[in-house]
Amino acid sequence: MTDTEFTGDEAGLETATLPLDAWHRAKGGRMVEFAGYWMPIQYEGIMAEHLWVRENAGLFDVSHMGQLALSGDDVAEALETLVPGDIAGLKPGRMRYSLLLDEDGGILDDLMITNEGDQFGIVVNGAVKWEDIGHLRENLPDDITLNHNEDYGLLALQGPKAVDALARLVPEAASLVFMQAARATWAGHAIALSRSGYTGEDGFEISLPNEALEVFADALCAMDEVKPIGLGARDSLRLEAGLPLYGHDLTPAIDPAEADLGFAVSKRRREEENFPGAARILGHLADGSPRKRVGLLVDGKLPVREGAKLFDGEDEIGVVTSGGFAPSVGAPIAMGYVPRDHAVPGTAVAAEVRGKRVHCTVAAMPFVPHNYVRKTGG
Amino acid sequence: MPRYFTEEHEWIDVDGDVATVGITDFAQGQLGDIVFVEVPDTGAELSKGGDAAVVESVKAASDVYAPVDGTVTEGNGQLEEDPALVNSDPEGEGWFFRMTLGDKSQLEGLMDAKAYKVFCDAL
Repeated sequence: MTDTEFTGDEAGLETATLPLDAWHRAKGGRMVEFAGYWMPIQYEGIMAEHLWVRENAGLFDVSHMGQLALSGDDVAEALETLVPGDIAGLKPGRMRYSLLLDEDGGILDDLMITNEGDQFGIVVNGAVKWEDIGHLRENLPDDITLNHNEDYGLLALQGPKAVDALARLVPEAASLVFMQAARATWAGHAIALSRSGYTGEDGFEISLPNEALEVFADALCAMDEVKPIGLGARDSLRLEAGLPLYGHDLTPAIDPAEADLGFAVSKRRREEENFPGAARILGHLADGSPRKRVGLLVDGKLPVREGAKLFDGEDEIGVVTSGGFAPSVGAPIAMGYVPRDHAVPGTAVAAEVRGKRVHCTVAAMPFVPHNYVRKTGG
Repeated sequence: MPRYFTEEHEWIDVDGDVATVGITDFAQGQLGDIVFVEVPDTGAELSKGGDAAVVESVKAASDVYAPVDGTVTEGNGQLEEDPALVNSDPEGEGWFFRMTLGDKSQLEGLMDAKAYKVFCDAL
């Protein structure tokens, strides 16, 4: 028997350790190489951890992600030359999901941009953070300052009970709504929190100094509703939530319209037509792109995974970019790219797994409803 | 009935000329929650070290290899309905398939329970 998942793909680079490495191991985390770091793929088991997050609160260490900050005169306008979102209109304390685009409109990364008042905070994917930093440095004016904050780690607390747990430590948490951010102090440490995440559940991301991570994580995990959750459940949770994973569902060959991320192309930016690849992307948004990212419900129990080819009869029409067993759905699900005439929910397609054809149905996403909190006290 | 183990974490119970094959408790622990098992068809000719079955956990598909040469006489149909049997009883109800033995001398190259435990402890 062989297990080939999560082998290191950072050949030549030594795998780095996260500030909480020893903490994960002490909690029983099984460590694998991911994005150049040793990270916990699971503690007690992916299925149990996944379901725990949907009902309670799970603590994820996402310190591998890059925490960047941009400051300087006209920083919003400068950033807008590289992303299709309305950054100038982003109010202090608000954040937005956006995309770093190459000159053809291909997706270099997906990221979160927060107006922190005196600067814009950006959280980028760990696997491409060095490429992102290079791209930003190369393409932003010299008087914009780019800071990569490696002295801070990033934790995500996700699930319907996340707000109760976090508010015991940081009362300000309860006053935030989805995609709002604030600075706070915890045990004398300057921290930043936002009501956001990548599981489809209510939750928070908390940035805090490396030396404070362990005590903070222990304080949360001492609560009955909080357990540490690994990468495995993070992946199955985001898949059920219909959220794309960079490097798999999003690549430089794919533009935001194809990726069904038109919401990230803000209205004002569409009118101004001045973001990278605007002609291609606006054309695709207006007329439909030749191919589109869709969800797939899979018949039976055989998981359909990344790389599986999609067929309509004998014709190969597309490919699966993420897939696996969905614990909350109780069946395999997938996402992938199909021609636009096959992108309508209800369309039947077949996936090829080890020479067998597996019947799939194009489905609207998310597969599991989002539970974001958009109003406090509601 | 003697039980042998492979370095790829399969077990094989031998009863005369027939053997039962599955994956070990160590293997299921490494894989985590099993959601699908593909067992070989009856009559399939297996060769030692070749692909015999596929086990899918939440995260990954893994190959299961034939411990020895032989012909499949039966796949465990229960695993289609209840793949989690591999987690709950890997070395019992969670067996994968039964096979005839093509070359009994191949068993000599496999580990016994004690040697397999030493092998796992060193991983």
